[in-house]
Amino acid sequence: MSRKLWHFHGGLRLAGHKDESMREGVLPTRLPSHLILPLQQHIGEPAEPVVGVGDHVLKGEVIARAHGYVSAPVHATSSGTVVAIEERPVAHPSGLSAPCIVIETDGREKWRHRDSRITDYTALDPSELRNRIREAGVVGLGGAGFPAFIKLNPGTARVRTLILNGAECEPYITCDAVLMQERPREIVEGLLIMRHALRAETCLIGIEDNKPHAIEALRDTLAEYDAEGVEVVAVPTRYPAGGEKQLIKVLTGEEVPSHGLPLHVGIVCHNVGTAAAVYRAIAVGEPLVSRIVTVTGRGISHPRNLEVLIGTPIADLLAECGETRGDLDRLIMGGPMMGFALHTDETPVVKTTNCILAATHEDVVPDQPALPCIRCGECTRVCPVSLLPQQLYWHARAKDFDKVQDYNLFDCIECGCCAYVCPSHLPLVQYYRFAKTEIWAKEREKERADIARRRHEFRLARLEREKAEREARHRQKREALAKDKNKGKGADQAADESKKAAIKEAMERAKAKRADAGVTPKNTENLSDEQRRQIAEADARRKATKAPAEASAEDSAGEANNKESE
Amino acid sequence: MKFLDTPSSPHVHPAGGVTQVMLRVIYALIPGLIAYVYFFGWGVAINIVIAAVVSLGAEAIMLALRRRPLRPFLTDASALVTAMLLGASLPPLAPWWLVTVAALFAIVVAKHLYGGLGYNPFNPAMVGYAVVLISFPREMTAWLPPHVPDVTTLGFVDTLRYSILGHLPKGLNFDAVTMATPLDAMKTQLGMDKTVSEIVAGSPVFGSLAGKGWEWVNGLYLLGGLWLIQRRVITWHIPAGMLGSLFVLALVFYLGDPDAHGSPLFELFSGAAMLGAFFIATDPVSAATTPRGRLYYGAGIGALTFVIRTWGGYPDGVAFAVLLMNMAAPTIDYYTQPRVFGHGKD
Repeated sequence: MSRKLWHFHGGLRLAGHKDESMREGVLPTRLPSHLILPLQQHIGEPAEPVVGVGDHVLKGEVIARAHGYVSAPVHATSSGTVVAIEERPVAHPSGLSAPCIVIETDGREKWRHRDSRITDYTALDPSELRNRIREAGVVGLGGAGFPAFIKLNPGTARVRTLILNGAECEPYITCDAVLMQERPREIVEGLLIMRHALRAETCLIGIEDNKPHAIEALRDTLAEYDAEGVEVVAVPTRYPAGGEKQLIKVLTGEEVPSHGLPLHVGIVCHNVGTAAAVYRAIAVGEPLVSRIVTVTGRGISHPRNLEVLIGTPIADLLAECGETRGDLDRLIMGGPMMGFALHTDETPVVKTTNCILAATHEDVVPDQPALPCIRCGECTRVCPVSLLPQQLYWHARAKDFDKVQDYNLFDCIECGCCAYVCPSHLPLVQYYRFAKTEIWAKEREKERADIARRRHEFRLARLEREKAEREARHRQKREALAKDKNKGKGADQAADESKKAAIKEAMERAKAKRADAGVTPKNTENLSDEQRRQIAEADARRKATKAPAEASAEDSAGEANNKESE
Repeated sequence: MKFLDTPSSPHVHPAGGVTQVMLRVIYALIPGLIAYVYFFGWGVAINIVIAAVVSLGAEAIMLALRRRPLRPFLTDASALVTAMLLGASLPPLAPWWLVTVAALFAIVVAKHLYGGLGYNPFNPAMVGYAVVLISFPREMTAWLPPHVPDVTTLGFVDTLRYSILGHLPKGLNFDAVTMATPLDAMKTQLGMDKTVSEIVAGSPVFGSLAGKGWEWVNGLYLLGGLWLIQRRVITWHIPAGMLGSLFVLALVFYLGDPDAHGSPLFELFSGAAMLGAFFIATDPVSAATTPRGRLYYGAGIGALTFVIRTWGGYPDGVAFAVLLMNMAAPTIDYYTQPRVFGHGKD
């Protein structure tokens, strides 16, 4: 089939190292004794636990529910007992810990009752499909982990093309390749369900041409279906052809606008693994409890692809792959170009884990000392986004965060091409990540400061208003009193007089007392911080009781903002 | 299993680095230099050796003074490249101190006082060259002719002796062994109202295309340069820009008055045109870096070279053209940024 293809700027031809892990098919993994399930395995809000320590859970049971719109539930991936809900090391470049639910498995693999299988998805409304997919905890399995149901909700936009990403351009990783080879039916079924949910006109499955078996398997399967407008397209093997924006460009010639979504050009892109998960969620009624993970590298004696329960510790995976070599240099989650080195093998497999690269010095190079940039421009040549990586580097190094943004730092996809070719061995991507993090932190700080300033201004305005109101009340009272006085002058005069004298006496006493104690009359100008804080708290309490409607309106506006920034 | 060291991605790199880049530049120079020695004697080789010794020594001292690690920077071979370019640019019968002054200035002032490798805004070799060209005009005319009648060719020992001790074999004086370069001869005699054909016919230094010998040296530099492009050490933009603009300007004037201007090929294969286009202007540190910017940068050097050769005070103009365009490089880069993916096509 000859279909017009486009190309993206730069990119690299890399040694694939894919054969090593593709000698066998997908193998099952032994049930681990413990499953560690992070509450956040997706982009968005972490899920909220709905089980407690000591609870017995069944396979497929929801143990943490989605919190907010951009979120996904977490399911027990085997039956057993919840033994802890605590911070555990998770798959994150920083090596930080995050809340996880730990299940001690009981070895029975007992399922909760499954959802009904839906044989005719076309009878269902797309929103019903999306709900099912959401409840099944399906997120993008290609690496980003964005909740899949959101990307199946085009709103009012028209989706011209649904693209399935089977490019898998990073070296070593083969989990998508074996999935396409062994379970093409699941992918095609999932694709058709997605197409229905999106009401997409055409579908393209983009696969790098170094995977002829996968291409063949999918083409054969498609031939069995009466699926019009679905095409498997072989794209040239060139890293990072599997980047969403790059693949869209290659297949359609469209460029997703900077800071925009594929939907803005009428395209939605999902990973092939996500399609298979959607199929299982709808047609089998199974939530996302397992995925295929490539375990490879020279650090283990038997590189292979494993069907792994989400939450399985990496150590258990390595144990399935023969001997682990003593000179293991690092464990990389993901590929050698974009993956990150793990701090410990206790880290669990999460929904987005596609590969564990047990790398020795033959796989990866040790860090070489960096030399100064010689401005050779090789990075500019290979950048798939046409950035000027060395200018970004200079400005990031100088912490000139305005300048890095002028040079479009946020268009950087961190593919690593620039750092790969850099003859000075500069850790360029690290500089960009650093600059991005700093800018985000600054923005958050500014936001907080803005909120504080607005609050302060609001408070001042309120105090002013209250003062004015008080004065008005006093005036009214005085006027009323004056009227009264005029009315009952004669009768009340004596009483009034004695009252006045009493008040005067009392005031004098109080004054004397204050003078003795050395207490200055209360004024609002020399308050200690503690006093101010107390006043502010009191104000806040008052405000909360006074205008609950107003406050909650503000809160929800804040939430909406948060959502947008994600 | 715990890992204390968790390096950042990417985790793979190809072999090679700055040293390899520099070494390839040196390899690419060698064929041209062999032709140079073949046609013009050992002078250029002696220059290069002196320049290399001085450059590496100066580099080491400067690194020590600046408290920088010696090993990575001495082995990066960048000082060696500077030395070779300088040696290849200076007249072959240059005295040792001339080479030394040029090399010292290149490494100490033009390179290290600006911050060392990667930080110099001007091409060090060309700064060194320009300094001695302005300071020692007489010594900078010590060009040798290719093997031609009526001129004595100096052997290795005589050349070395002249370089070190400053005197020629008995019975020979300076003017008897040196001769104006083709560019110089052309320029001077055009100034005396001779036509190009008269000049070429009247002097033994001219060959079939440009200067005798020079056309070979330039041709081999061209080949070396093409190899550098093929090896991705340099990109085609700067050489294409420079040679292109030099060619076009020469062509325009040549067609306008063929008697008063050398042919475009004469311009391309004379003097430092090829050395400049592939080895000097392409010094990445001091050049423009965006693809389009490199084209403009090269074109600027070609145009300035032509202007200086035709109307300036020096027979060749590559060094000054490069230095002038070095100054313009940051501005060129700023205005020639490529369109970033997803940023609207203009």
